Amino acid sequence: MTNESTPAALQSIDAVTDCLASVGYISSRPISTAIYLAHHLRKPVLIEGPAGVGKTDLAVSLSKALDIPLLRMQCYEGLDEGKALYEWKYGKQLLYTQILKEKIHELIDGTDNLQESFRKLAGFQDIFFSRDFLEPRPLLKAMEQQGGSVLLIDEIDKSEEALEALLLEILSDYAITIPEIGTIHAQTPPLVILTSNNTRELGDALKRRCLHLHIGFPDGEREARIVRARVPDISATLLAQLVGFVQSLRDENIRKLPSISETVDWARTLLLLHADALDDELVRDTLSVLLKRETDLAEVQKRIEPLVRAVLADTAGPL
Amino acid sequence: MDVALARYIRALRAAGAEISTAEAIDAARAVAIVGYSERTTLKDTLSVVLAKSEDEKAVHDRLFDLYFSRTEAQARADGKTGDASTQDGASGQQDAGQPGQQDGQGQNAGENAPGDPQGAQPRGDEAAGDPSQQPGGQQASGAAGAPGAPSSGGGSGQGGGASSSSPMPDSVDALVALANSGDADRLGRTIARAAEAAGVDDIRFESQTAYYVRRTLVHMGIEALEERMLGRMRERTDAARAEVQRLMDARSSLQRQVRAHVAKRFELFGRGATDQFMNEVMVDRSIGQLGARDIERLKAVVARMAKRLAVRHSRRRRIHERGRLDLRRTLRANAGYDGTPVELVWKTRRKDRPKIVAVCDVSGSVAPYVRFLLLFLYALNEKVTDLRTFAFSSRLQEVSQMLSTRDFEGAMRHILDRIGGGSTDYGQALVDLEADHWDAIDGRTTLLILGDGRSNNSDPRIDLFREAAERAKRVVWLSPEPPARWGTGDSALLRYRPFCSHLSYCATPTDIERAIDDTLQAYD
Repeated sequence: MTNESTPAALQSIDAVTDCLASVGYISSRPISTAIYLAHHLRKPVLIEGPAGVGKTDLAVSLSKALDIPLLRMQCYEGLDEGKALYEWKYGKQLLYTQILKEKIHELIDGTDNLQESFRKLAGFQDIFFSRDFLEPRPLLKAMEQQGGSVLLIDEIDKSEEALEALLLEILSDYAITIPEIGTIHAQTPPLVILTSNNTRELGDALKRRCLHLHIGFPDGEREARIVRARVPDISATLLAQLVGFVQSLRDENIRKLPSISETVDWARTLLLLHADALDDELVRDTLSVLLKRETDLAEVQKRIEPLVRAVLADTAGPL
Repeated sequence: MDVALARYIRALRAAGAEISTAEAIDAARAVAIVGYSERTTLKDTLSVVLAKSEDEKAVHDRLFDLYFSRTEAQARADGKTGDASTQDGASGQQDAGQPGQQDGQGQNAGENAPGDPQGAQPRGDEAAGDPSQQPGGQQASGAAGAPGAPSSGGGSGQGGGASSSSPMPDSVDALVALANSGDADRLGRTIARAAEAAGVDDIRFESQTAYYVRRTLVHMGIEALEERMLGRMRERTDAARAEVQRLMDARSSLQRQVRAHVAKRFELFGRGATDQFMNEVMVDRSIGQLGARDIERLKAVVARMAKRLAVRHSRRRRIHERGRLDLRRTLRANAGYDGTPVELVWKTRRKDRPKIVAVCDVSGSVAPYVRFLLLFLYALNEKVTDLRTFAFSSRLQEVSQMLSTRDFEGAMRHILDRIGGGSTDYGQALVDLEADHWDAIDGRTTLLILGDGRSNNSDPRIDLFREAAERAKRVVWLSPEPPARWGTGDSALLRYRPFCSHLSYCATPTDIERAIDDTLQAYD
């Protein structure tokens, strides 16, 4: 089922995992499967999940691993056509009409009546609405990449519903219609990745066109591999302990659970402090790296000792 | 698309996942790429293609394990057959040994099966619901060499011996032998096939289990067994008694297995439908009459209803008014073009964020309704509303803090214990509200009151209520009592009524949903 344009990195699910690992992104089986299918079914992937689990990073890593450009569109309330698809260069259009004023005068100089001059002008009018005056925005740029690209539409849930409707044509046909020019088809369909933090429910039409991947918090084993990939200098003992601690923290009654990015930050912090094992005091001092809400912090501060003790007991065995 | 996948999609739909035809086609394309050979890959693939939300993923995970569960032998078999990996596929293989056999005519099967020359029939595609059409050709391509399909001998003419390995036992002895054989794999497939003939997949309610168990057993030939058993019971010899015992054991063993099978199919195809039905009934039933078990179920339903409300009202915070030019902002935006208006800026209107002040009577008679109103409001809390909650029976207290920090049930219990005790006094509650929290009510606030207005004949303080109504944007009163009882006895509801923008009888979850929907609508 592979077509000839498939790069080696997308030939199999394992190949996806390997190539992502080569740029430091530790994938999981469902993630690789989704990427593999996205390429072979030519469908966008919609990724949902808590903040900081590597949704955006997946797109960035993919572009690195496949060595194709990444085009990123950050969504926000008020993002419209002009900033997502394309825009006419009004300034340039105005400037050119001014510069060409005399030329236009010359053109219609010989004509006697309005109708004739209008007919003469009609032949040139489209100049101002041609590719030269078109400012491509991320979506159009992605369509124009010869060698394919990774198109990241980040935090789609932050945009308005109108934008979703705008995306439908692009996501299903990989084409953009510009009334003045026509329909532009993608040279090579980009690998489209949409991310959402679920601040609002996305429309069904959009969801139906996408593969849906949910990235949750990783298990201990994968989290350890991710931290090792990001913070290679960390000692095995500390790694096992800090991952164990974060994992146990996620079972606590906390409103904003620590994510992978927080784990990595914490690992860097501990490394900076030259720590080689967890203890109560160390955890207490650095807990603010993991927990970003005051109430959560207060909740966990009370329970640090039993938590640390449990983690130390757990990780003592295999070492 | 192959049968196994089509049925799986049907099972998902039965469980409430919304799967469009386009998605079903995607699933078929995806499966064509990844194949059936690896179970986890298949699971991940279908999850990515078919389940489009966290809830649906959970449904998918549960159903996938139920549906694609199989014995070791079947697992080995699909290495060869590719598209026949499920139990349905496997039962299809089973049929392959018996082309031409008619549904439900198990007794004749043995005569047709051995040496039947139709084994080379080309394969058809209409196999879905009708096993008698199952092509024999599959035997050659698929089941041959597959250890999970002993019936592959059927086509090679093993004579009498073949009848014992044919899927539908053709005699009482064969049925007993099958029940006692300990060959769980073969028994399982026979049951699956008989169950399919009995239409088990149409099961909708758990109470239908017995009916489908019986029908399946009939398809397996249990009636002949019972007939012989009855006959033997009349003979009073030791040998007869021993055989009756043997037949009884076989019968109950079969019954047990079939029941287990039907229960599993119910999980697949019926559970979702039952749940949905129960939910539909539940939302229109009066909250006061619900039992403890219903309340658990209802909480999930309410969460879903609240989510729907949140979606409906969280969209479009800013309303663009095309056609009304914002002159000031247009001029500023175009300063760079020397005042030539190149970019036009239109007026926009910001939508108010709904502000709700909920005042709840938590005395005994109203308490169950309060639970659901608050469940709704707090499910909406993060997305839509700026919410403050007060509870009272005799004195009024703010409970917003407690509800947003503790878990809901704990907070609810606490509120009912601490505040719910006294005798209801609406007048006093209004006095407390005025004294401590009057500034919570302003021109953008909806005052939402849940109570029966029964104030134990104390002064209802209509003056304060009127003042509150004048301060607030709207006053919505929800009463758990039907209109006929308003104003009877100590109810002051009719005296409060002139100052309410909206007063309604609110007994079921649907009523509450509608009332909140109206309230939020006022801000759109």
